[in-house]
Amino acid sequence: MSSNTAFSKEELARYNRHIIIPGFGIEAQQKLKEAKVLVVGSGGLGSPLLLYLAAAGVGTIGIVDFDVVDDSNLQRQVLFGVSEVGKPKVEAAKERLQQLNPHISILTYNTQLTSQNALDIIKDYDVVADGTDNFPTRYLVNDASVILGKPNVYASIFQFEGQVSVFNYTDASGNTGPNYRDLYPTPPPPGLVPNCAEGGVLGVLPGIIGSLQANEVIKVITGVGETLSGRFFVFDALTFESRTLNIKKQANTPQVTKLMDYEQFCGVKAVERKIKEITVEEFEEWQTSGADIQVIDVREPVEYAEVNIGALLIPLGKVSERATEIARDKKVVVHCKMGGRSAKAIGELEEKAGYDNLYNLKGGITAWMQYQQQKELAN
Amino acid sequence: MATVIIPTPLRKFTGQKTKLEVEGSSVKEAIEDLALNFPDLKKHLIDDNGRLRTFVNIFVGDDDIRDLQNESTTLKDGSVISIIPAIAGGSH
Repeated sequence: MSSNTAFSKEELARYNRHIIIPGFGIEAQQKLKEAKVLVVGSGGLGSPLLLYLAAAGVGTIGIVDFDVVDDSNLQRQVLFGVSEVGKPKVEAAKERLQQLNPHISILTYNTQLTSQNALDIIKDYDVVADGTDNFPTRYLVNDASVILGKPNVYASIFQFEGQVSVFNYTDASGNTGPNYRDLYPTPPPPGLVPNCAEGGVLGVLPGIIGSLQANEVIKVITGVGETLSGRFFVFDALTFESRTLNIKKQANTPQVTKLMDYEQFCGVKAVERKIKEITVEEFEEWQTSGADIQVIDVREPVEYAEVNIGALLIPLGKVSERATEIARDKKVVVHCKMGGRSAKAIGELEEKAGYDNLYNLKGGITAWMQYQQQKELAN
Repeated sequence: MATVIIPTPLRKFTGQKTKLEVEGSSVKEAIEDLALNFPDLKKHLIDDNGRLRTFVNIFVGDDDIRDLQNESTTLKDGSVISIIPAIAGGSH
């Protein structure tokens, strides 16, 4: 690669332990600096992955995530601390990574990766690293990578078990290895394989698997060593057994030519159904009319302590567990800071516990406080 | 006798057993033997038409049976069969 990627004195000192490895050296370090890697999901796998890629000096790192940091993340998402709870993950991640390495660029996408935006976001990157938590996004990342001809460094975890591979990797002789659809042409029916939020995960497991994923990203970028393309690594933390299995392209894998509706493909369309919403004005009307309503706040205790409207506090991670405290016989208004977490809480309660009396406060407590301020100003 | 390695998501159907010994001279027979002893496991491996489900892959040794002789892949005494289901966790 080009020798015109210059390193400052600080960078040379910083990357010294890479540069002195025989077979790695300044050339590999240059490739890292020139590389653009998109990390999809900045949670359990994304935490070690981002920390190591940033520390290693990957020049441009993009992060896609639409979630906010939650108390229940801290058991494994070592990128975040207590003071980041309630913050968008991409923002918290960017701050931490820039502190770790000021010589690199971090681009953030505080949005869900969708069939509408995926190609546009991924096209500017050299490598995609998939650390998402659901089948629709897994297939979306795979298909977009195939369409754009990008290698997709894959890792996935469940409870005590992890998987790693490199999909759609084109080697030096121009041969492209298998992709996710060669391995799994179609997803399991919804509910059969739970995600971490439902099935749980040993906190250190994403640390192990996400670090292996970072290792593969670095090999893909630098060309040093042999990637896991054509091989599938599985690790069981309980038995400490690992296997590296051979995988191949399958003749009957349909060719991916365009993106599809992945929610529908994975049979989870129903989850997307619309939840009931109320505006702050309607909420006030309900309150002043003296109607018997329950108000639930699904933010974290620290946010609640800062400001609240006297609602019953049940943080998002605890709503299923504490569902018995939520009324079924009257209207229940659920709110958070902006409306995102409360929408999730309602979806979860409707889906798992069959609630039909829940209303999401549009814009959350932020909109409510703005509304109150405006009213005061008007008076 | 061959050994089947049961992945985490399916251990709830095998009484949390991580490895099982099965009888059979082919993958098909081994799966049938497994299904006989653990009927709940069966529907997660085989669809209504008796075909292996597409979100589960079976490996004998290090190789995908789709790259061998599918369910007719022969087993030797001591063969290790791995069941590798799709899992999607990572972020939350």
